[in-house]
Amino acid sequence: MLAAAAALTIVALILLVGWELYAGSRLALHRFGFGFLVHSTWDPVSEEYGALPFIFGTLVSSLIALVIAVPLGVATALFLTEMAPVRLRQPVITVIEMLAAVPSVIFGLWGIFVLVPWLRDHPYHWLEQHFGFLPIFRGPVYGVGMLSGGIVVAIMILPIITSVSREILRSVPNLQREAAYALGATHWEAIRIAVLSYASRGLFGAAVLGLGRALGETMAVTMVIGNRAEISASLFAPGYTLASVVANEFAEATTDLYLNSLFELGLVLVAITILVNGLAQLLLRTIGGGASTKVL
Amino acid sequence: MNSTALIPPDGDVASRSARSTQPSARVVTWRRWQSGAMRILMGFCSLVVAAPLFLVLYFLIREGATAVDWHFFTQLPKPTGEVGGGMANAILGTIVLLLMAATVGVPIGVLGGVYLAEYGSERANHWIRFSADVLNGVPSIIWGIVVYALLVVPFKTFSAYAGGVALGLMMIPLVMRTTEEVLVLVPQSYREAGLALGIARWKIITVIVLKTARKGIVTGVLVALARVAGETAPLLFTALGNNFWSHSLKEPIAALPLQIFTYAISPYDDWHRQAWAGALVLMLMILTLNVTVRLLSRSKSTR
Repeated sequence: MLAAAAALTIVALILLVGWELYAGSRLALHRFGFGFLVHSTWDPVSEEYGALPFIFGTLVSSLIALVIAVPLGVATALFLTEMAPVRLRQPVITVIEMLAAVPSVIFGLWGIFVLVPWLRDHPYHWLEQHFGFLPIFRGPVYGVGMLSGGIVVAIMILPIITSVSREILRSVPNLQREAAYALGATHWEAIRIAVLSYASRGLFGAAVLGLGRALGETMAVTMVIGNRAEISASLFAPGYTLASVVANEFAEATTDLYLNSLFELGLVLVAITILVNGLAQLLLRTIGGGASTKVL
Repeated sequence: MNSTALIPPDGDVASRSARSTQPSARVVTWRRWQSGAMRILMGFCSLVVAAPLFLVLYFLIREGATAVDWHFFTQLPKPTGEVGGGMANAILGTIVLLLMAATVGVPIGVLGGVYLAEYGSERANHWIRFSADVLNGVPSIIWGIVVYALLVVPFKTFSAYAGGVALGLMMIPLVMRTTEEVLVLVPQSYREAGLALGIARWKIITVIVLKTARKGIVTGVLVALARVAGETAPLLFTALGNNFWSHSLKEPIAALPLQIFTYAISPYDDWHRQAWAGALVLMLMILTLNVTVRLLSRSKSTR
């Protein structure tokens, strides 16, 4: 019965997380109501708190990450399950698993001192010169900013997207492929017609799971996104995410309302991630036979 | 390395068919060319995905190796402005925090896994697994806030306990799921043999089932430890960090990830150097755990 108690602990933990976040943010919930979600002022001095810049920053940086990571991740998974020479597969899989083991703070460190300076001097510079007329690529280019945050998050969610996609692709029956070959399809055509269309739902699930991870990324994002609570059309502009504002300001919150507002940001973050992860589980459960649970 | 010299056995449709001149229209050539091109494109994508690992490791070694010396492992951080010093307290702090995390996470995780594999009904298991997946998806910073409210506010101090508990809570769902997976692999006949001998259920589980699955459980625990070892966010407002030795677990304690973070965002060159060194040491700790896991699971599969 000890075991049952332990299993119950899991369920209790969820309630605990929900309760503590709710209890901690009661003051802010009461004071701001739903306005909290749509106000864009975050001013501890005059005690005005609105979550919109952080929700915006979280969503935009995560979407940038998805736009980069999903095509790359799915292509890699396809390469590893369908196209790569057999003896190349295991080493590449090992490398990607190792990538998943690199801590967030180390990506952040590398981001600050290696990736961001390089991005600023080369790709960003080029983008600004040639596509600067587009609002999203308008300068000034600081280096740190929304796009840098998105790119670092993309690197961090690539392993999970790749490995879940791989599980999904492996669950596609061989009959599918053989049928396509029998009709005279080339290797790529067989993949496109028989494999991708069959696995599309699961691959979508993999992307949503990646989104769930991206939303909650904290340290690396905090280190490269610029940390400014503003909503700007330019991807070069500094942004701020829910997780990083909590990481930065929690320890120095001076008033109760300030701390309560940070708790409420946490509540918003948890609500979004649980919704997204629930959707991912739903999409993955129905096909992959618990594929999602095999990867960490 | 020599593997690249050999042509792989599996279907290299495009190049093989390009050589045999089939009586085919231009369309077929185009389709084959397209297939080959897609293959190269995907190979390139894989390269792009794998590249960050090597880039990160390269810079960790290049920047970190010069800063790692004897003092790094034996000295405390120097005050601002003084060059030198080390992260001895942070290294020890990380080890202490991991031990505490294991004390919290392993018993609950393993017992939970036992419940799922041995006792639970279909319905109950469904909900418990679902809860574990939900917990697994909770961002790590949230654990920091929750434990802050749970252990820091009531006791009015940041502490090693709070940091250990935050990491331990994160370990529970991980350990639980891996334990369940290995317990399910233990043959049913082992349990039946125990029952036939009239041994009590709890004794069968502890003496026979858990013992058989010991290696797999240890592997799962190490994976979970490797995962939380690099966590920074849950420690920010629980363990807090400390520039000195902690004399009690009731005090704030230093941890490598925290120290790396503080030093990385500081404006001092010498601190940046130390951050790289700390990152190198942390990465080596995590890689050691991962390699141990690999060795353990390999010897299991060959047996």
